[in-house]
Amino acid sequence: MSVSSTTAVRRPPRPGRSRPGRRQDAGWALVLLAPATVGLFLFYLWPAAETLYESFTTSGPFGGHTWTGLDNYRQLVHDPELRQAFVNTLWYTLIALLGVPISLVLAVLLAKPGRRFVTTYRVLMFLPAVTMPAAIAIVWKWLFHHDYGLINIGLAKVGIHGPYWLSDPHTALVAVAMVGMWAGIGYGVIIMMAGLQSISPHYYEAAEIDGAGPVRRFFAITVPLMSPTIFFMTVLTVISTLQMFDLIYVMIGSSNPALPQTRTVLYFFYEHTFNQNDRGYGSAIAFSLLAVVVLVTAVQFALQKRWVHYE
Amino acid sequence: MSDTVVRQAPQAPATSSKHRSVASPARARRRVRLSSIGAHALLVLAALWLAGPFVWQVLTSLKSLTEATSVPPTWLPQNPQWGNYGTSLHGGVPLTAMLVNSVLSTVLRTIGQVLFCAMAAYAFARLRFPGRNVLFALYLSVLMVPAQLLLAPQYDLMLHFGLLNTLPALILPGMFGVFGTFLLRQFFAGLPADLEEAARLDGASTGRIFWSIMLPLARPGLVALGLLTIIQSWNDLLWPLVVNTDPAKMTLPVGLAYLQSLFPTNYPVLMAGSLVAVLPLIIVFVGMQRRVLEGIALSGAKG
Repeated sequence: MSVSSTTAVRRPPRPGRSRPGRRQDAGWALVLLAPATVGLFLFYLWPAAETLYESFTTSGPFGGHTWTGLDNYRQLVHDPELRQAFVNTLWYTLIALLGVPISLVLAVLLAKPGRRFVTTYRVLMFLPAVTMPAAIAIVWKWLFHHDYGLINIGLAKVGIHGPYWLSDPHTALVAVAMVGMWAGIGYGVIIMMAGLQSISPHYYEAAEIDGAGPVRRFFAITVPLMSPTIFFMTVLTVISTLQMFDLIYVMIGSSNPALPQTRTVLYFFYEHTFNQNDRGYGSAIAFSLLAVVVLVTAVQFALQKRWVHYE
Repeated sequence: MSDTVVRQAPQAPATSSKHRSVASPARARRRVRLSSIGAHALLVLAALWLAGPFVWQVLTSLKSLTEATSVPPTWLPQNPQWGNYGTSLHGGVPLTAMLVNSVLSTVLRTIGQVLFCAMAAYAFARLRFPGRNVLFALYLSVLMVPAQLLLAPQYDLMLHFGLLNTLPALILPGMFGVFGTFLLRQFFAGLPADLEEAARLDGASTGRIFWSIMLPLARPGLVALGLLTIIQSWNDLLWPLVVNTDPAKMTLPVGLAYLQSLFPTNYPVLMAGSLVAVLPLIIVFVGMQRRVLEGIALSGAKG
């Protein structure tokens, strides 16, 4: 405090010096910003503009492309496969959102003062979050295996004949979605625990004196006071699940009969852009996905006023 | 605020408050113990659900194919098959080379990301220069563009520079990040100005101030961004999949997909290979778990 006030006192003689100082500032700004900004233009802004341009073109079979205006966008509105991919993606997102309340409950259990083994629990729960989706996919594929997977062996113990989880169109999406949700729990627990730290323990003490049980305290204190964090996790989960790719690529793959019922929009984009070399249509798909992400996020922000309380 | 203070006042000794609502202290203690047992039961169940698959992965990786596919299954491997790891490393997929590629690309991406983001972030947070707000708005706009939108043109750039199937292709776009710039800008903006002004009066240049004063002060932010970048780079599948199709130049996530195509039904080898791929990061995480978790919480709070 005292230091800043002395500098404030010393400031008056500065105007004469500030001009060269400011020019020097601009020079340093140029130096400091150069690498990041070159990278920004080269790898982000230019590619984004190029994708936008390409979405109005159609690629020829031997490279090259012709301007076809809105054709790609007209095609994607009437593409039943893309519509299915969007429906699948929304299902993944809805199921992934189940992870948000689960993370909150686990975080509350861990954050209770005096709880033992918290570090061990946190490390174990965070393991999926540091594991690459490609490896997660392989491990769960093995657990879901029809004949030798632990899940069907467990089901057989109680007399249920388990399905071909990952190749049956009726179960494949739910199976992959559960893995996606599973992978996000650890991250959610950490964010939620950080959020819980900002709730004053006085609220809980007061509620306890008034005779509120743990369930009542959870819904009357934790949920409303955590609503900004819950909102943040919801937005994050939605954005990341709408862009799901890895699990589909490794758990399902191109020859799986359940692919149409499980592939996400991003996987569909990948197929068109890199396997079928249909760059123009791929670009239009990418933009339609961007539009949906923006729309869904905007709706969430509009709805937050109804349930998110900022202190 | 005042409400809670008033309520808190009469119950000075913290323990007495707990007993007030319940008839006898002994019963209250029993209730607390019961609820604690219930909580631990739930937590153990959750930990089993979240970490159990990895235990099964390790166990399967040490079984022979016959043992892994026997019904009913065995729990512990009867005769540990360490050879599965050899097969995953040398059985047609150059997993060792991929491990080297993953380490190099992760390290270089992280250094680039932290350095370039910190430089830009400091300029945005502390320097005055013409066009600052416009440029920052440009950075922010990129924050909303999902990576896949850029994928095909970024691939073209690599093709154009002749970088496909090289290490630089794995590193280049990932060295630059807008999220990191934004995160660190918030961090620099929150640091006290006193030290900086004192150094300026002593005649230190802006570059010197950035390097010797501000960077050390911003260390928690740099570590958080670094760890997030490490996790992201190590696990990234889509970009390496697109640019590097030569197995010797692949990274581990792509390598695992490739391993799966070579050994589609040999689950012990697949488990061994995927364990090799995830173990380095798990070691980093367990060794630095406090830092990692703080970093995640920090980026969540700022983001």
